[in-house]
Amino acid sequence: MTVPQDLFAAALLDPARPVPEGLTDGAGRAAGRRFDVYRNNVVVSLSEALATGFPVIARLLGPQNMAGLARLYLRAHPPTSRLMIHHGTDFPAFLAGMPQLAHLGYLPDVARLELALRRSYHAADAAPVAAERLAGVGPERLLACRLGLAPALRLVRSDWPIFDIWRFNTENGAPKPRHEAQDVLILRPEFDPEPHVLPPGGAEFVAALQAGQTLGAAGDAGLAADPAFDLAAPLALLIQGAAVISLAEEGQDR
Amino acid sequence: MLDFAPPRDPLPAAPGVGYKPQHFAAATGDPGAVRWFEIHAENYMGDGGRPLAQLRHLAERFPISVHGVGLSIGGEDPLDEAHLDRLRHLCAWLQPASFSEHLAWSSHGGSYYNDLLPLPYTDASLARIADHIDRVQEALQRPMLLENPSSYLAFAESTWSEPDFLSELARRTGCGLLLDVNNVFVSATNLGFEPRAYIDAFALARVGEIHLGGHDRQSDDHGAPLLIDDHGRAVADPVWELLGYTLARSGPKPVLIEWDTDVPGWPVLEAEAARAEAVLARAAAPA
Repeated sequence: MTVPQDLFAAALLDPARPVPEGLTDGAGRAAGRRFDVYRNNVVVSLSEALATGFPVIARLLGPQNMAGLARLYLRAHPPTSRLMIHHGTDFPAFLAGMPQLAHLGYLPDVARLELALRRSYHAADAAPVAAERLAGVGPERLLACRLGLAPALRLVRSDWPIFDIWRFNTENGAPKPRHEAQDVLILRPEFDPEPHVLPPGGAEFVAALQAGQTLGAAGDAGLAADPAFDLAAPLALLIQGAAVISLAEEGQDR
Repeated sequence: MLDFAPPRDPLPAAPGVGYKPQHFAAATGDPGAVRWFEIHAENYMGDGGRPLAQLRHLAERFPISVHGVGLSIGGEDPLDEAHLDRLRHLCAWLQPASFSEHLAWSSHGGSYYNDLLPLPYTDASLARIADHIDRVQEALQRPMLLENPSSYLAFAESTWSEPDFLSELARRTGCGLLLDVNNVFVSATNLGFEPRAYIDAFALARVGEIHLGGHDRQSDDHGAPLLIDDHGRAVADPVWELLGYTLARSGPKPVLIEWDTDVPGWPVLEAEAARAEAVLARAAAPA
């Protein structure tokens, strides 16, 4: 009686399947609930990793709902990555597809924000361009420059107040979430990712920079989205957040 | 089987602990009895940020052991070459004193289970795992240590005892062994064998590192004790005794305290390391 890993694995994630025959307690008796130790280890470790990776979602749902949802998620999306730092990549989409969570429409976007924060935390290090060099270029020439952005930078757009919801659930005494759409820029000046709410047009501005457009063209993209857009504030945010890592005038390499 | 020079700076025959980021300041400020640290390889496979910065700092001051939990050496599937590449990259920049993995599997058919799953000890599994170890050692260009598992069940199809299976793997591949004394105690209780007989049968000359950790106590369908290797509490007294028995036969070895869930403050962990240091000192003293 052999127990192939196909059979063992199938029974791990499905408690309705019988314990494979050929597993014993060491004295020849059927393994019985000893198999459940492995079932439990797998489900608990992966569920806990999900709750650790999405602490605000776990807090919003409460421990029991989170644990129940994690089990459903694991059966629907058995992890494909051996790295727990990448665990739960499909979780935002899974939340969006749960009809019983439809009344909490902001959950998937809050999960995307948490995933982006985690990715920012583990992103590669990069030294920012020195402030003197930026100042030395001068405003006219700067507009013609393309800016290289830090690998830790992330942009998360949402129709929900995801920054406010995140802050309300991570910071003591934070104000109650406003009723507004929020685009969030994540910067990592050193090791801790920091989310910032972007003004209208800010997301289009950052997305244009990410796409390799010049600062001037990115400013135009912001203006096209909102006539009141001014690139000064988001540019200052990028510089203060150590997010500008290279500078190249048009025609040059960054 | 490959021939390797021993690492220039092997782990010292002294206590180490599993590194936890929350202990960074306390551990680097006052390591006490702790002489080296072990990290889980997969937690340091990001591209940058604080985890890698802390590890670089730690590695400047202490010997580091890299302990993999995700390679699935015991798997029926071929080794994941992309994961092996990540291990190679980590070992290349970190130059750890040791690399170890488990006699277990954790992935199958593209799914990853995040647990160390058991396997039968047969001629077929022996040949497969020996091939996997050869591949790992070839890729990392260093010998690895293979760790004995904690078991909650046995396979009726097994034809090898665990110590013999591990000895034969070491003989065929040139790998070393990581002897987890708590796992021996847990498996012995769960499967009904004598832990000292297991130690007596173990290829102690091949052991490059010893693990200790805490376990939980439950029971099976028949009311028999079922110990769970949870790394969530202090090392149990009978496990300390088994460590003394082992060291008296093996001589001093690097001894690691693993505490991975309900992780205590640094002083509690350091006290466990100090206890290991005392057992090591007794083993080193002439009888």
